[in-house]
Amino acid sequence: MYEIKFKQVLNPVTKMLVVQAPDIAKVCKAGQFVMIRVNETGERFPLTIADFDREKGTVTIVFQEVGKSTQLLGRLEVGDEILDFVGPLGKATHTDDIGTVVVIGGGCGSAIAYPVARAFKEAGNHLITINGARSMSLLLYREEMKKISDEAYETTDDGSCGVHGFVTTVLGDLIQQGRKIDLVFAVGPVPMMKFVAKTTEDKKIPTIVSLNSIMVDGTGMCGACRVTVGGQMKFACVDGPEFDGHEVDFDELMGRLNAYTKQEEKSEELYASESGGS
Amino acid sequence: MADEKKPKRKRKPPTKKEPMPEQDPSVRRGNFEEVALGYAAEAAIREAEKCMQCRNPKCVAGCPVDVPIKEFIALVREGKFMEAAEKIKETNTLPAICGRVCPQETQCEAKCIYGIRNEAIAIGRLERFVADFAREKGEPLPELPEKIGKQVAVVGSGPAGLTCAGDLIKLGYDVTIFEAFHKPGGVLMYGIPEFRLPKDIVEAEVEFLEKLGVKIRYNYVVGKIRQVKELMEEDGFDAVFLGTGAGAPNFMRIPGMTLVDVFSANEFLTRVNLMKGYLFPEYDTPVKIGQKVAVIGGGNVAMDAARTSLRLGAEEVYIVYRRSREQMPARLEEVHHAEEEGVQFKLLINPTEVIGDEKGNVIGMKCIRMELGEKDASGRRRPVPIEGSEFVMDVDTVIVAIGNSPNPIVTESIPGLELSKWGTIVIDEETGMSSIPGIFAGGDIVTGAATVISAMGAGKTAAEGIHKYLSEKKD
Repeated sequence: MYEIKFKQVLNPVTKMLVVQAPDIAKVCKAGQFVMIRVNETGERFPLTIADFDREKGTVTIVFQEVGKSTQLLGRLEVGDEILDFVGPLGKATHTDDIGTVVVIGGGCGSAIAYPVARAFKEAGNHLITINGARSMSLLLYREEMKKISDEAYETTDDGSCGVHGFVTTVLGDLIQQGRKIDLVFAVGPVPMMKFVAKTTEDKKIPTIVSLNSIMVDGTGMCGACRVTVGGQMKFACVDGPEFDGHEVDFDELMGRLNAYTKQEEKSEELYASESGGS
Repeated sequence: MADEKKPKRKRKPPTKKEPMPEQDPSVRRGNFEEVALGYAAEAAIREAEKCMQCRNPKCVAGCPVDVPIKEFIALVREGKFMEAAEKIKETNTLPAICGRVCPQETQCEAKCIYGIRNEAIAIGRLERFVADFAREKGEPLPELPEKIGKQVAVVGSGPAGLTCAGDLIKLGYDVTIFEAFHKPGGVLMYGIPEFRLPKDIVEAEVEFLEKLGVKIRYNYVVGKIRQVKELMEEDGFDAVFLGTGAGAPNFMRIPGMTLVDVFSANEFLTRVNLMKGYLFPEYDTPVKIGQKVAVIGGGNVAMDAARTSLRLGAEEVYIVYRRSREQMPARLEEVHHAEEEGVQFKLLINPTEVIGDEKGNVIGMKCIRMELGEKDASGRRRPVPIEGSEFVMDVDTVIVAIGNSPNPIVTESIPGLELSKWGTIVIDEETGMSSIPGIFAGGDIVTGAATVISAMGAGKTAAEGIHKYLSEKKD
């Protein structure tokens, strides 16, 4: 059992939990993920590690409530326990000093982007961050991002904050200006990552994306997370979750992420009616 | 009397095994309850009485875990079922499981001398009967020797790991199993369906081991959360057994393998068995099933996936296999059960493409007919495609059950560990020891995908190897 030590509601749909998991906290690295099962009847699902504290023995997760399982998780309070919390899984991000790095976080992805950005900064890179969301209230980690960035940009789809547009609007401008960019790291909704990769393709700027595929075990056993990368079948859980954005078949990935939409809706509806929608 | 002409002895007609009751096929294809129902005491005794109690029995030589078959059957004859179970457990940690899933027809029963003229003694069914009897009545714990004061780590709680752990605890070692999942049993839990091996039986066999003192740590992925080197150098383990299984599912190298309605048998069965997806939405893990399901492959896993598909409500379920019926690796009993339940066999057929619509849903599977040609390396006649015989099967779900490759997480995390070109661990067959002293391995991670009982045999060999290694090792 893994106790929740701290909880913060980041915005109406996004929550942060700090979980007591000392063995994982001791060894995990930015870019890795954990598999979670909230309770005995729950399903297993992956969440990328947003932060960790080796001394306190805690691992931080940030998630959007998009279905029954994340809603169940979101209802847990400080002192409650998560039944299963497995990790650290997947390969860690390579955060070497390579020059100028643009780290892009979209929506809930900003929570994952933040520790990666920090690691790139600590490695000595010139750090540019682009933090995007649909609207100002959904922008996450605004101050944190600004604090570690050499240049920090914010974008909102509705123009309520920062640049009116998408993360690719800013990225495209930077490229247009002829800025030297050595690496782009993007994490967020699949369409966002797809267009980030498109934006950097012409100039062949190395682009890393972090995928959050459907997984059952998360240890290379089920193959549910398989994704086509450069024409080869890869498993996001053991070969990833980070891949070369120019090689990932994003359309296929989107289809696979929607595989269980009908069942997920049924499960969510039932949960809402059982719990009185509260 | 002496004068009387000896009447010519009439040979009795060959006997058959005492039949084991089963759920009716038309009923069972609609539920997940166990298919075979087990012997009643009377039937078990009748079957045991046929055993000839051979002076030089051959049956035990066919058993990878050396079950004292003759002795336990003798006890069944006397109605001493509890004692019979204890006798089996002297060498076999998991009798209720072996009695259900072992291919006895190619092992102990294949060697049975009584079986030369008759159907062999139903050793598997008897094993199952006594194990179930003992579990239900509450079996006593065996006496354990004094603790040796040495610790062994077992990685993976599948059949190899459980057997190794059971043998070592009985020798006096402290044993801790590290399991990646939240439940014990490995393939016994995630792979083999409830209707063939009820999960409460697996849990009961594991609980028995825990009562003997085996510790189990769940949610613990060795190679990620902790390295084998750390287990040995920092955590005080004197030896490590790797029984991590053959984890990574193989897919065919044909177009369409990443479509939404194409699943590995591992994924499909794990959702249903370990995560109890058949009880959705009571359990949260969903499982998708279409109306017309093609299962690619001819092994036991393919049969399990096909029979599970029926139970989830598929109307038509096909086994699509590129060789002929005789060459199917599945147990005869499984094929028979599948057929009884209505699974249709499409033999000498090989898929060439899974066809999807724009959303990634499967709308058909392109196949080609095959014929048998020359023998290949495995000694089986190689299937070769018949030119111009392509056709499209009308299916909406495809399950791929063509085997697994070794899971790389643990093996890649141990520098210097010798692996074969397939990624399996190379061991000394006698002792189970890998290229690194103190690290042992067995089961599918060594052999590639095989049977439960062969993994158990390997766990047993390694336990003996570990005992020998630690007894001889100077501290």
